[in-house]
Formats: sequence, C-alpha cells, structure tokens
Amino acid sequence: MMMSLILAAASSADQGASLNIDWIGLFRTILSCASMLTGIFFVMAGTLGVLRLPDFYTRLHAAGMTDTLGAELVILGLIIQSGFTQMSLKLLLVAFFLLLTSPTATHAIANAAYKAKLNPKLGKYTAPSVDGDGS
Amino acid sequence: MEMFLGYFNLAAAFFVIISMVMMLGRLLGGPTLYDRLLAVNSFGTKTILFLCVFCFVINRPDGVDIALLYALMNFIATIAVLKYFNYRSLGVPLIEEQMEDSV
Repeated sequence: MMMSLILAAASSADQGASLNIDWIGLFRTILSCASMLTGIFFVMAGTLGVLRLPDFYTRLHAAGMTDTLGAELVILGLIIQSGFTQMSLKLLLVAFFLLLTSPTATHAIANAAYKAKLNPKLGKYTAPSVDGDGS
Repeated sequence: MEMFLGYFNLAAAFFVIISMVMMLGRLLGGPTLYDRLLAVNSFGTKTILFLCVFCFVINRPDGVDIALLYALMNFIATIAVLKYFNYRSLGVPLIEEQMEDSV
C-alpha cells in the first residue's frame, strides 16, 4: 500500500523533474487514513459491544465511550483530508457538537434507567463463597 | 492519490452502513426501553458520520450542513423522549422545587 501511494504521489506531481514526490500530500493522506481506520475500528467495536454484551449498563458503556471516540477520530481524519477550507470549519463544528452532546445524552440515558430502577445483571461473576464449597 | 482517497472514503462509508444495520438489531430487539433509546442515539451518531464521509465521496460539501443539523436534532430528540417517559408529559419543567419530593 505504501509503495502504491508513493507511486501515485510521484505520478500526480510535476513531470518535469525525475522523481518529484508530493511529500506533504502523502503525509496528509497517511495521517488521515490512519485516523479514519482507528475511528472505524472503534465504531465497529462499539456496535459489536451493543449487540453482544449481556446487560443494559455494559451496553451503555460500549456504545457511549466508543461512539464518542470513534466519531471524533473519523471526523478528525476528514478534517485532515480537507485542509484549510470552509468544509473543515463545518466539520470542526460538527465534532464540537458531538463532543458536547454525546456524553451528555449517554449520561441522561443512564440516569433515567437508574431512576426507573433498572437493575444491573449480577451473579455471573460473584466472589467464591467463604464455606469452601468449591468454585 | 485522489482516487485512493475516494476508494478509502467509500470503504469507510460502507463500514459505517454495516455498523448502522447491526445497530438496528438492538433497536428492534432491545428488551427494555432504554436499550432502544441507546440504539437510537448511537444510530444518530452513525448517521452523522455517514453523511460526513459520503459528501467526501460524492465531492459535494452540502452534506456537512445536514450533518450539523442532525447532530443538534439527535440530542434534543433523545432528551425529549427521556423526559416524556420519565414524567409522562412534555409540559413539566425540568428544574422545579417540587420535583424533588415526587421523584
């Protein structure tokens, strides 16, 4: 992938010199791709956690934490791609609102579930008994 | 390099779509109300992500405005549904002196 990127950068650059590589564009592309890949990984991990975890509070943990970080990383990658334009300012505004509202909404859902006396699922990972009955 | 970034953004949008479809499973089959609300909130966040990535794919910067609108609307919708199911009415102010005893 790296070699193809370097070749693409060389071919897109000016043809006058022998090997004129657009180093800044290459660096921006790699940084943006790394950030977006990490963000997509977090988003997929959060979705899998919401599907697979056994309890409401654990699902809330998976969705709330990974969605915030994953969305921020994907939008950061898009900001790096777009450079200093009007679009990057709008993306920065979207990232700011997501950073403000996503943990607040997660906290509000957790607080409402706690006030409605939704019990967490316990009992699978209890401490071993003192009597020494085994396991 | 532009072509590579186009294909990369298309793949990212595809994975966000897959994640949204998987989140629909929890939305339709959640045991409690709060599971469904959590799924709706997460689905809205993924919608914002998909709009932001997809307007890079089709190379039109209009979709970011709609994503900004969704980011505001998603939060307000979550808070409104939570308030409705807590008080069974949307007319109750959230900050009041008498609410301390009744809750």
